[in-house]
Amino acid sequence: MMLDKVKQLIAFYEEVLSMPHRQEIARELRNEDDLFLLLLYSEMIGIPNPVYYYTLELYPYMIEKFHDWHLRMGMEKSPMTGIRCC
Amino acid sequence: MNAIAIAAISLFIFVIGYRFYSKFLAEKIFRLDPNYVTPAHRFKDGVDFVPTNRFVLWGHHFTSVAGAAPILGPAIAVYWGWLPAIIWVVLGTVFAAGVHDFGTLVISVRNKGQSIGTLANKLIGQRAKILFLFIILILVLMVNAVFAWVIANLFITFPSSVLPVFIQIPLALWIGHIVYKKNSKMLVPSLIALAIMYFVAIISAKVGFLQIDLVKYMGGADAAGIFGLGAVSTAFFIWIIILMVYVYIASTLPVWRLLQPRDFINSHQLIVGLGILYLGLLFTNPPITAPMTNPGADDVSWFPLLFITIACGAISGFHGLVSSGTSSKQLNKETDARFVGYAGAVGEGVLALISIIAVITLFPTKEDFLATYSSFGAASAGGLGTFVKGASQLAAGLGIPVEVAATIVSVIVVSFAATTLDTSVRLMRYIIAELGVEYKVPVIAKTHVATTIAVVASSALVLIPEGPNGFGSGGFLLWPLFGTANQLLAGISLLLITIWLKRLGRNYLVTLIPMIFILFMTLWAMIQQVVFQWAFWGSNSSPLLFIFGAIIMGFAIWIILTAISSLRSTDNTKIDLDD
Repeated sequence: MMLDKVKQLIAFYEEVLSMPHRQEIARELRNEDDLFLLLLYSEMIGIPNPVYYYTLELYPYMIEKFHDWHLRMGMEKSPMTGIRCC
Repeated sequence: MNAIAIAAISLFIFVIGYRFYSKFLAEKIFRLDPNYVTPAHRFKDGVDFVPTNRFVLWGHHFTSVAGAAPILGPAIAVYWGWLPAIIWVVLGTVFAAGVHDFGTLVISVRNKGQSIGTLANKLIGQRAKILFLFIILILVLMVNAVFAWVIANLFITFPSSVLPVFIQIPLALWIGHIVYKKNSKMLVPSLIALAIMYFVAIISAKVGFLQIDLVKYMGGADAAGIFGLGAVSTAFFIWIIILMVYVYIASTLPVWRLLQPRDFINSHQLIVGLGILYLGLLFTNPPITAPMTNPGADDVSWFPLLFITIACGAISGFHGLVSSGTSSKQLNKETDARFVGYAGAVGEGVLALISIIAVITLFPTKEDFLATYSSFGAASAGGLGTFVKGASQLAAGLGIPVEVAATIVSVIVVSFAATTLDTSVRLMRYIIAELGVEYKVPVIAKTHVATTIAVVASSALVLIPEGPNGFGSGGFLLWPLFGTANQLLAGISLLLITIWLKRLGRNYLVTLIPMIFILFMTLWAMIQQVVFQWAFWGSNSSPLLFIFGAIIMGFAIWIILTAISSLRSTDNTKIDLDD
């Protein structure tokens, strides 16, 4: 009984500690994601980039993420006529 | 009156304040709605907007706002006697800090989790936002200058704390590395780091040659240093330069590499510190030797300076930045705001309270107290050292040897101060960059340019003003400036909440009264210091402090005028509660 309480307390404390860290990691990942999207996007409007060969195949997987991205960037509607997410 | 009774009565008032006053605020003024969809749910993105358990959020909120400031301010303010300091901490926490922290959290939650700066733009206008940025800029500049001086002072007073503090840097880097790269848990590594630090602290308290005592190396306090300065001044100069180089590096590294791991270690230290102090108080029940009021303190009047000296621990604008910047985006239910905001402020009050008690129970007799606290300058310069000694005396009641306890307590205080320094230099860099973008000077938005400006400006502020104790001692003249800048920020936040409540057609006296009180004290203190002390005709002329004081005074007047005009305006358009 007592041991459970202590375990709970430790778990709680761990969570308090890891909160800002988890946030930071998530932010870094998101930035990476944004960069990736930018590459694909640049390929779409015809700016040459090194990964251009693979990009069209990824379009179906990207469409939802692209939607989240342009909402995050503060655009209500999709900025591209080519991508019809909304 | 014994110390335990004072602590018990104060804590009891805190509990009553939370139980009844915050309940009244939650139900009658802010009218929290358990069914309201908070920004954490509405904009959930897994990064900034994450619904978080209220206890976890409170823990995070408390460890973000509690630092060295609520220890230092009260340790200086007992100069006027312990009664005014205790009363201000208790009533300030209940009626000002609690309302302010709670209110900023609620107003931010009701406005998509936007920060106070953005809200100022929305409720008052474009000029308010720029003014807001400038006030924060001054605030962080003051923090940098004050804390650099404070750390240097502690290093010189307690040379045994140097090594454990510096050990913390590689330890933090190690934690950052394993947590980030290996994705391990952080509790165990950070506890190991803490153990290593305290082990080093114990060893260096016992072993003479591990104490890095610059003054001793130069041949004692009366020896000559470099550039024709005395040994103590030289030591100050060297430490401040080393610290500035350190913060430059620390604030340009990624957050997870050094700053966050230090925060993990510090939150353990906060718990250890509070635990040791309150337990020590219970076990030793020390008599209070400091006078209840100090009629001999007539060089600087307690009114209004007491209310400026204790900023953190009674009300602090910095909390509004934490409330509206991060906590509001993670609030799970709107009704949790009462616990996170109000109880967070109470936590800070508890820290300020034990700081006062540690100082007033230290001295064997009243005469010793008066000898140490002989003038306001002496109180400012020695306040923190006195706190460390007082805290180690409380810790001695738990069987910890006094010199070891003194080292550990000074390590705790320096760690807090150093983390605050990192964070505030980083903040200053962001603000300089933002102002650079705002005023079309893109070159200063570059990381290293902005950091250089921040570090050089802070160093200049520490090193240039001449204090009575020679070089580097101009630092403690800055403490009142830090207090006023902090109170101004709180004043703006309270003004915003007041305008918001007024437009909602609710009772806004709960925020208006603390706001008037704080702005009045700030303005009064600045008039006293700027006009009568720091001006070129004043008793203690200092152009640099005069400029900063005058700027703060101008800001205070501006806020008051804005407040009058926006509260008198007939713009009573009801605002949408969910905007």
